[in-house]
Amino acid sequence: METEKTTGLESHTQAQTAEKWRKYLLPVGLLLLFLLNILIFMEKFGFNFVNRYYKGILILTFINIILAVSLNLINGITGLFSIGHAGFMAVGAYVSALLSINMGEWGFLPPQIQSIIEFPLVLILGGLAAAFAGLLIGVPTLRLRGDYLAIATLGFGEIIRVVALNLGITRGARGIPGIPNHTNFWWAQFFAVITVVIIWNIVRSNHGRAMAAIREDEMAAEAMGVNITYYKVLSFTIGAFFAGLAGGLFAHYLSYIAPRSFDVLKTIEILLMVVLGGLGSITGSVIAAVVLTALPEVLRFLQAYRMVIYAGTLVLLMIFRPQGLFGRAEVDLTVFQALKSRAAEKTKSQPGERGGNGDSA
Amino acid sequence: MVTVTLLKVEDLSISFGGLRAVSGFNLDLKPGELVGLIGPNGAGKTTVFNILTGFYQPQEGRIFFDGTEITGLGCHKINRLGIGRTFQNIRLFNELTVLENVKIAYQYAGRYSWGDAIFRTRVFHRHEKEITDWALSRLDIFNLAGKADEIAKNLPYGEQRRLEIARALAGRPRLLLLDEPAAGMNPQETVELLELIRWLRQEFSLTILLIEHDMSLVMKLCERILVLDYGMTIAEGSPEKIRNNPRVIEAYLGEEVS
Ligand SMILES: Nc1ncnc2c1ncn2[C@@H]1O[C@H](COP(=O)(O)OP(=O)(O)OP(=O)(O)O)[C@@H](O)[C@H]1O
Ligand SMILES: [Mg+2]
Repeated sequence: METEKTTGLESHTQAQTAEKWRKYLLPVGLLLLFLLNILIFMEKFGFNFVNRYYKGILILTFINIILAVSLNLINGITGLFSIGHAGFMAVGAYVSALLSINMGEWGFLPPQIQSIIEFPLVLILGGLAAAFAGLLIGVPTLRLRGDYLAIATLGFGEIIRVVALNLGITRGARGIPGIPNHTNFWWAQFFAVITVVIIWNIVRSNHGRAMAAIREDEMAAEAMGVNITYYKVLSFTIGAFFAGLAGGLFAHYLSYIAPRSFDVLKTIEILLMVVLGGLGSITGSVIAAVVLTALPEVLRFLQAYRMVIYAGTLVLLMIFRPQGLFGRAEVDLTVFQALKSRAAEKTKSQPGERGGNGDSA
Repeated sequence: MVTVTLLKVEDLSISFGGLRAVSGFNLDLKPGELVGLIGPNGAGKTTVFNILTGFYQPQEGRIFFDGTEITGLGCHKINRLGIGRTFQNIRLFNELTVLENVKIAYQYAGRYSWGDAIFRTRVFHRHEKEITDWALSRLDIFNLAGKADEIAKNLPYGEQRRLEIARALAGRPRLLLLDEPAAGMNPQETVELLELIRWLRQEFSLTILLIEHDMSLVMKLCERILVLDYGMTIAEGSPEKIRNNPRVIEAYLGEEVS
């Protein structure tokens, strides 16, 4: 149907309702998150509102948000086509798990302090290992013109799997059990929020604009002074880093990892979130990650029909909204900007306040 | 040392398979010159641009820009040295806004680190403001400031052409390569464009190399013209000389050269 097309020709009213809706999305989302935090915080006082099962889903949701948003940076913002996200996840998972298991006492720090620092440190090291793997694949393939990345990343995912199956230290198909289950709601939320903020800020900077330019027209981007190899490799490496981080969270949540947790299906699951949310929309990726993690659980009462309905919903969505839920749109931040400028005005009108910074005193 | 030539091209040649698209191309551009590059379809004009801007590596020949050799340099490096261009088939960043299109071309000038971007430091805000102001001022020149937030692909054709020039200028080039900027424009728009190019050249002391099919435009605008045919330079000189050159007339085979 031609009339259904919305390529910038959306009727005014339609666009306006969409605007309004987007304006409330972030405040409402943050409010819900805040309430959730309170509910879970109440545990400290003996109130268990959220049981283990639901908390598990929440943790997986946060992990999936990290995965979807980071893949979106590569595939949606920069316009590359990576299908190896599960591979980077695996690198992060294995590296951080093995570090956690084999790390003894450091000695130079008191054990209490070590136990606080150790987990985030191990996660970041897992992320860096994944980023390094990304660099190794990205540099040779992204320098070439044309889409070699898809093939290379697909191959990479398989190589990682085969290596994990055959290496002594990864214990083959039996996998690694007994990983300390450090990943709780707070850590998962913390890293998910950090990931979203960092990638959001990257996208809305000259670095992100350079990436978007590459997606739009590689040749024109180059002719306008954009170092396309640099930005492609960095986008890919940053995406790999966060996939590795998510892998670490995943390993320390399940306490057990095996090569089959990171097969191509896992990549497709993440890719689905990105496409469903809208290639290039961070908001879309976050919401799609929430929906697609929760949906199979919500539909659990349907038993065998569950996956049929799940798949059917996706097919319908792709038919009626091929650009994804959000297209390239994002949450509307004007509410917050208005608050900010109002606050700024207040401080300005205060007597005795001077514009200069106080370092010349 | 004063450079008397801004761009010096020596014996440039390139072949695609068996086809010699450009052979033995020579060019000297003095600062401030406005030179036309004309020739029938497939003569190799766009290919010359693509070599000058680093998209193609020439098989023979050397290119000097402002005294330094740029042969074999990467595209973005050549752009940053001061060569801007537009494309024969408009190549805007279609899904981005008009403002973003221009900001991308200028961004390296207001450079801040990844850390500045991630932590939104003061440096970030200062540079972003500078980039935005600059981009808006470029749009203003082209009467596009009112459309800064529109998606580039939704602009009418003539405005897309102007946006491409605005974008090319945002990187502060000293040499501007225009590939058929009037293609697809109506006579009224073409006249306006002609005025604009003259004005830009004065205002920004630009050196311009222009490919154009519209003969009357080239003849009016350029003080010197090069004619390519099958990759060879068959004539060079003032508009009058070119107009009466039998080889040029022959190359255009009855096409109007006046
Ligand atoms: N990348 C390429 N691969 C193969 N052949 C090419 C390539 N680029 C250009 N050519 C060929 O080189 C010749 C010159 O092309 P070019 O685009 O430079 O012509 P032009 O003078 O710009 O023509 P027009 O007026 O139609 O734009 C043509 O025969 C074209 O097919
Ligand atoms: Mg051409």
